[in-house]
Amino acid sequence: MVWLNAIVQGVLLGGLYALLAAGLSLMFGVMRIVNLAHGALAILAAYVGLVVVEATGVSPFLAMAVVVPIMAGVGYALQWGIFNRALAQGGLAPLLAAFGLSVVITQLLQAKFTADSRSLPTGDLATASIQINGDLSIGVLPLITFVVGVLAILGLQAFISKAPLGRAMRAASDDPDTVKLMGIDNRQVYALSTAIAIGMVGVAGMFLGIRGNFDPYYGQAMLIFAFEAVIIGGLGSLWGTLIGGMVLGVAQSLGSQFNPSYGILIGHLVFLAILAFRPTGLLPKAVTT
Amino acid sequence: MTFLSVTGLDVHYGDFQAIYSLDLTIAEGETLAVIGANGAGKSTLLKAIAGLVPVTAGDIEFDGASIAHIAPHKRVAHGIALTPEGRKIFPSLTVEENLLVGGHTKRPGPWNLASVYAAFPLVADRKDRLGTNLSGGEQQAAAIGRALMSNPRLLLLDEVSLGLAPVVVEQIYAALPTITGHGTTVLVVEQDVKQSMKVADRVQCLLEGRTVLEGDPADLSREQIATAYFGI
Repeated sequence: MVWLNAIVQGVLLGGLYALLAAGLSLMFGVMRIVNLAHGALAILAAYVGLVVVEATGVSPFLAMAVVVPIMAGVGYALQWGIFNRALAQGGLAPLLAAFGLSVVITQLLQAKFTADSRSLPTGDLATASIQINGDLSIGVLPLITFVVGVLAILGLQAFISKAPLGRAMRAASDDPDTVKLMGIDNRQVYALSTAIAIGMVGVAGMFLGIRGNFDPYYGQAMLIFAFEAVIIGGLGSLWGTLIGGMVLGVAQSLGSQFNPSYGILIGHLVFLAILAFRPTGLLPKAVTT
Repeated sequence: MTFLSVTGLDVHYGDFQAIYSLDLTIAEGETLAVIGANGAGKSTLLKAIAGLVPVTAGDIEFDGASIAHIAPHKRVAHGIALTPEGRKIFPSLTVEENLLVGGHTKRPGPWNLASVYAAFPLVADRKDRLGTNLSGGEQQAAAIGRALMSNPRLLLLDEVSLGLAPVVVEQIYAALPTITGHGTTVLVVEQDVKQSMKVADRVQCLLEGRTVLEGDPADLSREQIATAYFGI
């Protein structure tokens, strides 16, 4: 029963990792940008949330209604201001730009908020849980995080397969030059993709801040988990990212059950094992070009 | 006012000049074939009109306004569509999705999914297939259909027959009268001289980036064309 509990907690944790990784997966899928600033942007969202909560006194959940549009706007501006220019340079430029961006965000956060740990207050909710039976209880907050993560990925997947903009995103991913011949400005499609990706990481960042303490450097660790979720699931597949997040969450949770200090290590080992034995991930994208 | 007029056009790829001071005009409703050997600058000319390669000198006027320096996606909104060399069907999209992306600008006109399927039965049969799983002929038909979905006033067709069996080429060209029947002006680039002579109102032959022969297909002899084509 202890192990079942660990698995359930791990799956729930996986929802958060998937939420964190979805934007990373989207930006890589559409533009082949490896956004090293993803973790820093998640933490930026948590700090923006903190400012909103402290200024207005609303709950962090309500604050998301402000934080997510702000982050989406940040994503849109970053794409036009930095990434579209970097993509035009080609090669390593987008990767280096993202790396630089992550350093700048982290340092700005430290200058403004110091390196002290902060958290987003949620009152009773932080400790509330649903008792299933004697050994198994599910925290309300991890459950909400998980549901939001799954819904966000379902929604994004539906958007990409059905909506005209989603179709344009897939077409731009296939062939950015030919997309221009369809009357579509690929740079604008990229900017909207990044707005969606960073809006989603805004949600993830808020949940990170609600779940526990964060400081300006916390994004680095989260970036690794997000990358692992994407790679475990298979590059460019959103379903894979969801599965990858859960695999990573369960591995960490079972590892902690084994020995509390081994959780993160076991997560990394599972990731390395998948890289070694199934490098395309669990659900590789059906079509590769 | 001419419909499309290209004047004194120069195009470079880095230090290499692909087109030298080229002039070309098309009247609305006309079908012009640009022929020439490999490397004559035919595809480059179409890319310059569509905006995929920058113009280094000269001008391109469409419907009375210069379009030489506007972004390619904006030219589609003006009514110019290019079916690129190599078809460039989006491989991970289905045929129908490819067509829908082609109609992204929502320019009004006679072409929609139903009319494209009617004109190209080959495409209708394959509408749920992924672009990557099409034969060359199916890709070509889908690519023309996709270009038509933007309801262009000027349709640029690049190397339609390249790599296709003659019977498939026939099938695809069979749709051309329907396209021109809607008033669409067509500029077709071909290596297949016979095919282009059949469909075009006028032929212009390029050699090494310059016009060497121009005229009504009926007035041109095989010898004239052969001389212009090969530059001998």
